[in-house]
Amino acid sequence: MEYVSPEGLRIDGRRPMEMRKLQAEIGVVAKADGSAVFEMGNTKVIAAVYGPREVQNRSQQLSDQALVRCEYSMANFSTGDRMRKPKGDRRSTEISLVIRQTMEACILTQLMPRSQIDIYVQVLQADGGTRSACINAATLALADAGIPMRDFVTSCSAGYLNSTPLLDLNYVEDSAGGPDVTVGILPKLDKVTLLQMDAKLPLDIFENVMQLAVEGCKAIADYIREVLSENTKQLEYRRGL
Amino acid sequence: MEQRLANTWRMTVNEKKFIESALLSGLRVDGRNVYDYRKLSINFGKEDGSAEVHLGQTRVMGFVTSQLVQPYRDRPNEGSLSIFTEFSPMADPSFEPGRPGEFAVELGRVIDRGLRESRAVDTESLCILAGKLVWAIRIDIHILDNGGNLVDAANVAALAALLTFRRPECSLGGENGQEVIVHPPEAREPLPLIIHHLPIAVTFAFFSDESTLVVDPTHQEEAVMAGRMTATLNTNGDICAIQKAGGEGVPQSVIMHCLRIAATKAADITVKIRDTVEAYNTERALRKIKRHSAPVALDVSGTGPNDWSCLWQSNIWTSY
Repeated sequence: MEYVSPEGLRIDGRRPMEMRKLQAEIGVVAKADGSAVFEMGNTKVIAAVYGPREVQNRSQQLSDQALVRCEYSMANFSTGDRMRKPKGDRRSTEISLVIRQTMEACILTQLMPRSQIDIYVQVLQADGGTRSACINAATLALADAGIPMRDFVTSCSAGYLNSTPLLDLNYVEDSAGGPDVTVGILPKLDKVTLLQMDAKLPLDIFENVMQLAVEGCKAIADYIREVLSENTKQLEYRRGL
Repeated sequence: MEQRLANTWRMTVNEKKFIESALLSGLRVDGRNVYDYRKLSINFGKEDGSAEVHLGQTRVMGFVTSQLVQPYRDRPNEGSLSIFTEFSPMADPSFEPGRPGEFAVELGRVIDRGLRESRAVDTESLCILAGKLVWAIRIDIHILDNGGNLVDAANVAALAALLTFRRPECSLGGENGQEVIVHPPEAREPLPLIIHHLPIAVTFAFFSDESTLVVDPTHQEEAVMAGRMTATLNTNGDICAIQKAGGEGVPQSVIMHCLRIAATKAADITVKIRDTVEAYNTERALRKIKRHSAPVALDVSGTGPNDWSCLWQSNIWTSY
């Protein structure tokens, strides 16, 4: 099947280096300390952050830093066919672990010892790149909750089909069996914190694909910064400043 | 990076500081170089498809079994490959019995990605009757001793077990060729799996100082490390999988540097695996020859009549 037409257009009409439309909203879950909805094309993810609060399980309390917990689940209606087991299966466990460790790298946990930060991420619509959308949503939710962070973590995926590196794969391109590289970076520090790849790819081509994904992450970081400064302006306005 | 359970072994601050400051000068606690692997040895069990790997103090066993099942609906002429991990509390007190914890799931998925998604094992040759019967290969990985770097050891165990596994030969028979006859190993020699390439996992540990990284971390180094990356590559120059699940951020240049080191390490480990497997195969073939072959060397210095009766007895055995 042809994923990149001879004119250079993908299945959904994008160019190979073009990302899907981004849309984000902050403060959607009123009860949570911080929350956000992040959309990348048709993929829609909601994240809620509770914390820092008292550790519920005393035996897990860490005396010198905050405990970060994360739970990833996909809603039953998020994919085409209704899912039978949205959480607790191996993929969800792995992605929960990945998101937790990624966010732990950027949260300044040393400032909040003996406390707990919970990150709940749920996929409402899945169309490829759910992992990346979850990390972006979690970053926004943590910023909304006012949790001190070293830097944002933004994430984007890239692939390689029909000998072309493609940015931000959707579900059809992802299930084509080609390589899928998901990268999460700390944009200001320019460091890679999350890197996952599956399927085969030669080393030199991998470098190009990773570079493309990093560029995508930086673009998302600009967008997130814009959303947060707009949100702060709104808060100032409401406070009468 | 610590495990989150009450009975986790916690390192003292002194030990942590010692390991970290030693690494700043490029020294590792067990005397290795920064990019050196521990001693890797692979032993095989009596049955085909079982392997035990020792990587320094880490011990992992891999078992491969097969079963005839119905194929998935969207892949009617492909067999399946599934990996199950067993983190026994015998290996590490922080492993709980019962449901696999997060690290067990992660390990299983990393090895699964390296083997399945990179098409190392040929699944189309596992099909017997398209849409009806295929072989499902199941790899069980048991962790016996956690001395650090379980992913690499488990990967080698899985590969060694896959390379020495033999599945029974089947043929189609019956009236319309739809009946499948599975031949027992005594009747027809079982067949090996078709493995296109060997994806080898190489794990790096990053520490809070940017320029420090080590290959094949031990249990102590894992307790001190700030981040970890596992790169699965084969000797054809392909990267099969990468897993860097968060942790300390590293620059892109460091990642490319790690991948290049991993390529050389993967070549060494591949050679080692292939040599051991070949030795096992030769020994296995020799074992078969001994079963059927004739002359049993006898001790000439024994008593007269008994000698002849023994020789007569051994002839009876060899003729069956």
